[in-house]
Amino acid sequence: MTVSKTETIPVRSGDDVVRVRQRVRALAIDIGLGLVDQTKIITAASELARNTLDYGGGGEVRAEIVQAGTRKGLRLTFEDQGPGIVDIEQAMTDHYTSGKGLGLGLGGAKRLSNEFQIESSPGVGTRVMITRWK
Amino acid sequence: MDRIPILKLGGTLIVTIQVDMHDRLALALEEDLTAMIARTGARGVLIEISALEIVDSFIGRMLVSIAAVSRVLDAETVLAGMRPAVAITLVELGLELTGIRTALNVERGMALLKARLPEDRAGHWSERDGLED
Repeated sequence: MTVSKTETIPVRSGDDVVRVRQRVRALAIDIGLGLVDQTKIITAASELARNTLDYGGGGEVRAEIVQAGTRKGLRLTFEDQGPGIVDIEQAMTDHYTSGKGLGLGLGGAKRLSNEFQIESSPGVGTRVMITRWK
Repeated sequence: MDRIPILKLGGTLIVTIQVDMHDRLALALEEDLTAMIARTGARGVLIEISALEIVDSFIGRMLVSIAAVSRVLDAETVLAGMRPAVAITLVELGLELTGIRTALNVERGMALLKARLPEDRAGHWSERDGLED
């Protein structure tokens, strides 16, 4: 798999969450994702960026256009140095929330992506990677 | 600070969301709408979202909250004009818009709200005792 384009977007405020959505939309259009797939990846990005902000205390998103053979995809990596997640399985459960959210962020983002990976260490931070292929 | 304009048409308040909702804007809209329901005695709220490219759980929660507060103030909320791609994504995300009625477009949304507003037609009649909603 090769990476043909990388950009990093900070997630420090609610306005940054809007900016993440706008950049993800531009990149999704770049690789020719259809309207429904665009909407799914933008929505997933919005959920994860909000998690980064609300639970991770802020962080950043790395957006990459990746290619595997003839397939193009958009890969997004959300990283924070927040408190981390103790029980990932529980955090992935719909309607589970440690805050005031709806608890749909992680599970929802997974359903809206083709690939989903999460790593988290308590006290160190959390990294979530999603990919949507064309 | 930006604000989303609210229009009053008869007993209905109409909001059309044309911009990407950031947090403060969403909170301001909820505040403005509920204040205006209380001030005008509106019985219906129509929120038109055909320009919204996504509805994530944050925006969804705001919509559910507006509908819940409106209901307490005796007004019903109808969400009109959701894009098909947004609808597909919402369902996959698992977001349920509890307590919100939806309509394909503004016209149907207004018809839904009108059906709930007999007093609009009966407004000129002085006596409505015994009439039921």
